[in-house]
Amino acid sequence: MAVFLFRRILVSIPTLIGISLITFLVSHLLPADLVLVNLGDRATRNPELVSAFRARWGLDQPLLVQYLVYVENLARGNLGTSIATNRPVLTELALSLPMTIELATLATLIALVLGIALGVVAAVRRDTLVDAAARAVSLVGVAVPTFWFAILLVTLVYFRLGWAPPPGRLTAGVVPPAPITGMYLVDSALRGQWTVWRDTLAHLMLPVLVLATVGVGYVTRITRASMLEVLHQDYVRTARAKGVAPFAVVIRHALRNALIPVITVGGTLYAQLMSGTVMTETIFSLPGLGRYAFSSAASLDFPAVMGVALIVGILYVAINLIVDILYVWINPRIQYE
Amino acid sequence: MKPLPDVGNLGLKRRAGMFRWARAWGPNGWTRRRLGVVTGVIVVGIWVLGAVAAPFAPYGADEQRLLEAFQPPSVRHPFGTDDLGRDVLTRVLFGGRYTLSLALVVVLLTGLFGMTIGVIAGYFGGWVDEVLMRATEVVMAFPAIILAMAIVVALGPGLINAGLAMALVWWPPYARLARGETLVVRRLEYVEAAVALGQRPWGILWHAITPNILSTLIVLATIDLGAAVVTAAGLSFLGLGATPPTPEWGAMVSAGREILAQWWVASFPGLAIFMTVLGFNFIGDGIRDLRDPHRRGQG
Repeated sequence: MAVFLFRRILVSIPTLIGISLITFLVSHLLPADLVLVNLGDRATRNPELVSAFRARWGLDQPLLVQYLVYVENLARGNLGTSIATNRPVLTELALSLPMTIELATLATLIALVLGIALGVVAAVRRDTLVDAAARAVSLVGVAVPTFWFAILLVTLVYFRLGWAPPPGRLTAGVVPPAPITGMYLVDSALRGQWTVWRDTLAHLMLPVLVLATVGVGYVTRITRASMLEVLHQDYVRTARAKGVAPFAVVIRHALRNALIPVITVGGTLYAQLMSGTVMTETIFSLPGLGRYAFSSAASLDFPAVMGVALIVGILYVAINLIVDILYVWINPRIQYE
Repeated sequence: MKPLPDVGNLGLKRRAGMFRWARAWGPNGWTRRRLGVVTGVIVVGIWVLGAVAAPFAPYGADEQRLLEAFQPPSVRHPFGTDDLGRDVLTRVLFGGRYTLSLALVVVLLTGLFGMTIGVIAGYFGGWVDEVLMRATEVVMAFPAIILAMAIVVALGPGLINAGLAMALVWWPPYARLARGETLVVRRLEYVEAAVALGQRPWGILWHAITPNILSTLIVLATIDLGAAVVTAAGLSFLGLGATPPTPEWGAMVSAGREILAQWWVASFPGLAIFMTVLGFNFIGDGIRDLRDPHRRGQG
């Protein structure tokens, strides 16, 4: 197992280099005037300012040298400095990433719990009303555009009914907890600030609901399909024949064996959410990674964009690794060389 | 011998009738399966027809009637009017032209490109396969939306640029599927026969392999059209695709975001997106089930 993990991490390095190379090439070869975007009209007419800007960000060097400098810094754990804020990209990421992790984790957990429950019931009660309802839920979840669903929820739950607080991370005036992990929910709980905790949760409610709905769609679908396949297997019939309680057959014998594709989908979902929360964060005014990526791209702040792409790539690789480990835990017959 | 009463026969006939009914409408019935495809075609068809017929609407897409601004849905304006007094229904119908055609073009081009990559990788194997599939993996691991944003910011917002950004990251699933299918097909006898007859590799790829993996790819493409519609609209929603006053669905939802009290401005274009995606899903699932009886009812 240790050997496998080591090899997997080693193999993922080319992927990450590939990602950094693509982002680098895209941000440097695009026919856009970095100087104009960042300095503005008047400063661009001043040649001294322009050459100072180019020298400061290494734009006067050949492309290959620029990339090598970037990789060299990367190897030292230095993601560069943001052009827009002049602060280290790593510091900025540490501010925006926890918000997104909080959102994505909650949404994925809810999607998995609800989706697995719905999918199992739908498969066991196949072709009944419950099944039809579960299929309808999953279809809606898969097909609904998140940004539209988010706006509908804001209109209905906040604007009409007033059941949810207005968009934002905390109610104005509430002091955020002193950072430990940067995730307000975790930090406020660790520090015992339960009013802050409740306020954070109230603000996360709708965005998590939006993201979870999509997830529930996919998880229900795959759980139902996988369960239907497993329920026909001989060992399930054997378990029934020897008199195991129906509930135990479904959970212990069938579900456990049906879980592999579900975990795969869950992992993909989680990984996609890491870079797929831009719209939800925009609508609910949450300062997460998506919004940071968006504003960095809008100002062509290439060190920041490259930092985001790299972090998302690392998370993608890490989540896939966790999924592979979960496989072994669920099905001990799976062995990695 | 006394002849048996005809009752049994009658019962049999009735049962045969029920059997036929069940075969058509039962859980795995043909008609019911096709019903999904038919429903999907109708739902998508409504918006396609609407997009085609949009110029015949009584209002223009950009026709402003400021005195009629912010009207709720009514008989004159079934979807209401927006902040400039434009008829939302007319704009939603016109919107299909942009959103649907962009999705179609992106899926068609990337599908063909992905298929070519996948078939080549699967057929030639070895280092060709290794290189192509590694490249595919890198693109898959890449945060697509971030790449799209960078491209659009650099090239300027617009439907074509949004399509270009989408296309760059859209092809890997096709490449993977085509490769997998090619690996299966290439062991089959008719491919071996083509090789034995001395047909050139490109001829084999084009005449023996591609036609046999095409239908699987078409199923993926149909379901994928829905995802492409959402992504295209999403880019416009973020201000990276179509820009106002273009009546693109995502851009219209975005414009309606600022006026929550007039819910209809954002709701109806979003409903159009939702319905088309649902429709494409119905069609794709239906075709897959019809083609592959083993998976019937499991989707």
